[in-house]
Amino acid sequence: MKTILNEQQLAITIQRLSNQLLENHLSLTDTVLIGIQPRGIYFSDRIVKEIAKQVAPENIRYGKLDITFYRDDVRKGLHTLNKTDIPFSIENKKVVLIDDVLYTGRTIRAALDALLDFGRPEKVELCILIDRRFSRQLPIQADYTGRSIDSIISQKVKVYWKEKDGKDEVELF
Amino acid sequence: MQLSTKHLLGIRDLKSSDIQLILDTASQFKEVLQRPIKKVPTLRDVTIVNLFFENSTRTRISFELAEKRLSADTINFTASASSVSKGESLLDTVNNILSMKVDMVVMRHSASGAPHFLAKHIPAAIVNAGDGINEHPTQALLDAFSISEKLGTLQGKKIAIIGDIMHSRVALSNIYLLKKMGAEVTVAGPPTLIPKYMKDAFDINVEYDLKKVLEWCDVANVLRIQLERQNQVLFSSLREYSLAYGVNKKLLDSLNKEIIIMHPGPINRGVELDSDVADSKQSIILQQVENGVAVRMAVLYLLAGGGANQN
Repeated sequence: MKTILNEQQLAITIQRLSNQLLENHLSLTDTVLIGIQPRGIYFSDRIVKEIAKQVAPENIRYGKLDITFYRDDVRKGLHTLNKTDIPFSIENKKVVLIDDVLYTGRTIRAALDALLDFGRPEKVELCILIDRRFSRQLPIQADYTGRSIDSIISQKVKVYWKEKDGKDEVELF
Repeated sequence: MQLSTKHLLGIRDLKSSDIQLILDTASQFKEVLQRPIKKVPTLRDVTIVNLFFENSTRTRISFELAEKRLSADTINFTASASSVSKGESLLDTVNNILSMKVDMVVMRHSASGAPHFLAKHIPAAIVNAGDGINEHPTQALLDAFSISEKLGTLQGKKIAIIGDIMHSRVALSNIYLLKKMGAEVTVAGPPTLIPKYMKDAFDINVEYDLKKVLEWCDVANVLRIQLERQNQVLFSSLREYSLAYGVNKKLLDSLNKEIIIMHPGPINRGVELDSDVADSKQSIILQQVENGVAVRMAVLYLLAGGGANQN
């Protein structure tokens, strides 16, 4: 086991990603943020909390997306449903999808399909905490990356969050 | 969580955890139905046949919409327009359809136990959409979903089922479900329409006085008088039934609380339910219909293998 990010590094990384997001989307007028269920939302919650320090809360549109119905392995008994909550239109908006780990790219493929059922966004970007590069099975890349790591299939990346797991840390097994 | 059963033949065979799973899943599908594109690709590799050997409006449209919103391929079968009228047996009919690679069967039949018989003989998953006077499981599930949406839970709630209890598959499925989920149940109606064994067999209350039962309950599920199943004279006239057991506005206004009114449809207006009640704010009849699609999507999704194994 190896620690990729400790508590302090994780906090700094989230700060940096939030600033990069704001750099490109300034006052968030045409931008919406969407966290991917189930574990992406802990990360997106933090990003939103960080952004709220610099942008008025009423300008932040933040939703949660469950992509189970769009997965290519939906009927294999692998996925539990979670709540989808997107209480605004994404038509002609810039959408930033937020997830914790980018691995094969299949989750993001499903998320893109799911997203299009809510409208036609002007643009979709992807913000990722950990990018397991060189393990993609689909041509998908992140626009904002917390940390890129090299890993092999037998390894696992686990992101811990205080509100769920009692500590803030990213580990590689 | 996944369902513990391969078919949905009746509420009787379900565990309370299965019921909870279906209701939880249905609330996610209800959200899908609010989206600009009310459709998910989840069952696009599944073919479903709707076998209706008995008339139906709501249930049939509801199932068909649920299937389409899950992107399943559907075939509709009506007994009157088929070779059943040439004398083909139920098993032959279904086996012929299944040989064309159909994965699931949604079935309504006037004979109680018809889907149970099929389940023993064919490999496809079967959803009972009403069999004779036995069960109508998806109706009970959508009733339960509508009640918990309104009241938060079923646990400890007082539900009255009023009307033709004897001939009603809706009543039987509702009783099984509500008891499994911890609700209190009272059935009410004329003594001739309530079987004697009910009270002991299901641990429920029986009441013959409409006003008393309305005073007791949080929710009144008013059933249709099934004119097509009345071949004996169980009450003297519809007018007499309506006077003794018809739910009207005056009666509801005389109660010291506001109860929820449900009806599985189709309504005999002016018989079991007056128009001013059916169309009032207290009535959730149209929400029941709306929820029906989400609940049926949940049932089809879970029977097709949705959900997670426990590990």
